[in-house]
Amino acid sequence: MKRTTLNQNQTTFWQRFHVDGWLLLGLLVLMTVGLYTLYSASGQDPLQMERQATRLVIAMGVMLFMAQVPPMAYRRLSTYAYIVGLLMLIAVLLFGDVGKGAQRWLDLKFVRFQPSELMKLAVPMMVAWYISKFPLPPRLIQIVGGFLLVMVPTVLIAKQPDLGTSLLIASSGIFAIFLAGMSWRLIALLTTMAGAFAPIMWFFLMQDYQKQRVTTFLNPESDPLGSGYHIIQSKIAIGSGGLEGKGWLQGTQSQLEFLPERHTDFIFAVFSEEFGLIGVLGLLSIYLFIIIRGLIIANRAQDAYSKLLAGSITLTFFVYVFVNMGMVSGLLPVVGVPLPLVSFGGTSMVTLMAGFGILMAIGTQKRFLSR
Amino acid sequence: MGRKRQTIRDHSAESNLFARRAAISLLIVLVMLGIVVSNLYMLQVKQHDVYQTRSNGNRIKVVPIAPNRGLIYDRNGTILAENRPVFSLEVVPEEVDNLDDTLAELSRLMGITEEEKENFLRTYRGQRRFKPIALRTSLTEEEVARFSAQQHRFHGVSIEARLSRYYPYGDTLTHVLGYVAKINKKDLQKLVEAGQEANYAATYDIGKLGIEKYHEEELHGQVGYQQVEVNSQGRIIRTLSIDPPVPGKDIVLNIDLPLQLAAKQSLNGKRGTVVITSPKTGGVLALFSSPSYDPNLFVHGISRKNYSALLNSTDRPLINRATQGQYPPASTIKPLLGVVGLEDGVITPETTINDTGRYKLPNVSHVWRDWKKWGHGKVNVVRAVTVSCDTFYYDLAYKLGIDKISDAMTQFGFGDYTGIDLYEESSANMPSRGWKRARFNQPWYIGDTIPVGIGQSYWTATPIQLNQAINTLINHGERYVPQIIRGVKNKQGEESISPPKTMRPISVVDDANWDLMLGAMHNVNHGDEGTGRHSFSDAPYQSGGKSGTAQLFSVGQNESYDADNVSEHLRDNAMFVAFAPFDDPEVSVTVVVENAGGGSSNAAPVARQVMDFYFRDHDFMQPKTDESNDNATAGTP
Repeated sequence: MKRTTLNQNQTTFWQRFHVDGWLLLGLLVLMTVGLYTLYSASGQDPLQMERQATRLVIAMGVMLFMAQVPPMAYRRLSTYAYIVGLLMLIAVLLFGDVGKGAQRWLDLKFVRFQPSELMKLAVPMMVAWYISKFPLPPRLIQIVGGFLLVMVPTVLIAKQPDLGTSLLIASSGIFAIFLAGMSWRLIALLTTMAGAFAPIMWFFLMQDYQKQRVTTFLNPESDPLGSGYHIIQSKIAIGSGGLEGKGWLQGTQSQLEFLPERHTDFIFAVFSEEFGLIGVLGLLSIYLFIIIRGLIIANRAQDAYSKLLAGSITLTFFVYVFVNMGMVSGLLPVVGVPLPLVSFGGTSMVTLMAGFGILMAIGTQKRFLSR
Repeated sequence: MGRKRQTIRDHSAESNLFARRAAISLLIVLVMLGIVVSNLYMLQVKQHDVYQTRSNGNRIKVVPIAPNRGLIYDRNGTILAENRPVFSLEVVPEEVDNLDDTLAELSRLMGITEEEKENFLRTYRGQRRFKPIALRTSLTEEEVARFSAQQHRFHGVSIEARLSRYYPYGDTLTHVLGYVAKINKKDLQKLVEAGQEANYAATYDIGKLGIEKYHEEELHGQVGYQQVEVNSQGRIIRTLSIDPPVPGKDIVLNIDLPLQLAAKQSLNGKRGTVVITSPKTGGVLALFSSPSYDPNLFVHGISRKNYSALLNSTDRPLINRATQGQYPPASTIKPLLGVVGLEDGVITPETTINDTGRYKLPNVSHVWRDWKKWGHGKVNVVRAVTVSCDTFYYDLAYKLGIDKISDAMTQFGFGDYTGIDLYEESSANMPSRGWKRARFNQPWYIGDTIPVGIGQSYWTATPIQLNQAINTLINHGERYVPQIIRGVKNKQGEESISPPKTMRPISVVDDANWDLMLGAMHNVNHGDEGTGRHSFSDAPYQSGGKSGTAQLFSVGQNESYDADNVSEHLRDNAMFVAFAPFDDPEVSVTVVVENAGGGSSNAAPVARQVMDFYFRDHDFMQPKTDESNDNATAGTP
């Protein structure tokens, strides 16, 4: 792999602060676009802008802090983070606060906390730690072990119920196993089994509201004023945006409040309406840029743990993007996944940026072995 | 697994494995992004038009604007039906800080009743919070002023105005103008059938009766539209475009308001009707049916109590007696029947009978009596009209037979609609053999024919029919449709006067027959023996007239009619038809006073009174001494 010029020229400066310049650039551009979109989606509400900007600054601070921690420390922390996270998930199910009909919050008196957010990082860390203890590619027993490590928190979070997060956590762990070199034959087998598992999910694990999301997804026009309303209005927003969009602040679907959840989960519809397909391609390019950069960092990492963790974090970030865009444009059922760094909202943004902090820590670690 | 287990880690192999997997992952990422993009391409490019339309359908609403209803003027330009702003006290719940407090405050200030509050709260629970709700409609000016002074204290409460119909002359013109009221289910159904639903999209009221109903199309106008942008709650954000409504046309009536008021006054509250038309055009100058009622009661929805009072009143104020009242025409038709007899040749001007007060047919025991017990002696057709001899007309009816009478009178318009521009019209009944067969399944007896000669038996007529028939006589057979509307105003306010509507005229062999009978009618009012002489002999103008006394009560063969012994509703109807000036008639008057007694003493004075009023400004109306009009003593029709 070629060294980038940015890295070469300013190695000392960026290295000293453990910041990956390209990644930072991508994130800053994305955040800027996000703020502009939010300004429109919030109905030009300065208060929301202020809150979002504050969060972005905090998240940025968290990222920079996480970047300073050496990857070896993360490796050592993996098991503890995982176990603490798991205990808290169980605690949530037992004593958690109910918000929006789901038990997700743990009240620690001084702060309300969503353990599932911790698990978004703890699960890939744990799986990467476990798999990388053994030579790659992993043997069947290790794969089974890895899957168990993924399944337990996934089921616990799905029980809350929080389908979106459990999906993200499951994929983060599976990505680590996949990147470790799990055999294709096994992948084919597991895919088939997952297909068989779907009906079990439907009948035993999914809550009514989740089932309704799926039926609505399959035919939103069946209930245009009820559960289908979100997706119909969202598709109208996107479709009416056309190639060039209606212009910033000119989206009628969003400005006239036809689009629900427009500043949170459905902000992509606002963006698509106002900036059109051309704007969307631009936005996707930014995401793709960040993902490619993440994969490059993963590929250059010195040890298997770092590679697997960095790769998993990067691909999970993509899952956010894909699931959110997919659900907003009617490709996937509506699960509560925000558009990363664009949607209004705090916790998941901090987690995401913490992930990028780990990525930067991995990307800027001292190279013990020359290549 | 097919791989051989490695105890020593091969870092290079692991790196290569990871690099391959990362590359595959990137490939998968690209493929999945490709799916997202192609889906967006479908939505944003391929199906853009569909979603564009749906997006506009979301935000653009078309709001209809009601046209202003045309005004109604009388022939002198006086407004008879106008549009007045009505003020209502409206509350926008969303803008009110504390609804309970505000309502309590308003109750104190405006005296809002518990009932009004309940109605308000019922509406409030059922609609969007930013839509205004009327707390009280049709505020008085005093109430408007009282609230306006305190308005600053009531955030979200305001006074709103909309136009609503008002009839300044109240019950004077109810049976002419009718009224408008809220569009109900039945109206809506008719509008849908007529394809007029869209045109009434913003309209509150529709003509329910009278001219308002008959000329609804002209008066209503064309609906306008404005395109507005709304948000998801339906709140209007801004107006995009306006297509203004076309206001309804102003119409001008033939009605002369002062004459109408005089007609009302002349009846003085008695049950009956006065119809005044111009024989030259058929234009209706006045049409009053008594008792009447205030049409304004209906505009904002009449209370159940008021409505049942009108509906159940024994005086039947809701009936338009002029066009719906079916009265035996009695002796008023004698001049018409005279023309028929002369035309047919069964009588000549010289044909004379000797009236003994009794009329008998050969081989029939029944005796028909003249109103004058001892008879009129020698009577020809002119004298028969003048003194209203019944016996002569019994004989004439016998000579003509029912077929000829029925046929001729149908030509005069009896038994048929006059075509007046009111839907509230009855065709009444002109009897014939066929009619009796159909109605009673009985043959026509000769005995049925005799009373037809004096406008009785099964014969009924509406006052407007009678008026039209007398006009036909005045016009020597030319026939006009009675018209209330005179013309329609254009945008510049110029009236285009509609030409008189004619009907199939009656052709006669000898035009002199008309004049003979008209002369007889002159005798009625101005001759020594005329039944109308007490009312008209001193008139400063020459006129023609004919009295009628319609029996509603069958008097036994050997009894005589005694008004005091007959219950009021069975007493005779007093009728009088008249026209003037005799040489060139300008007005034709028909008067019916129900259960008043003889026509000459009870209806003729009414006719005289309105005619005097009509000619009040004419040169021949000299100031008269007030001694002559002593009719109370006249005891004969």
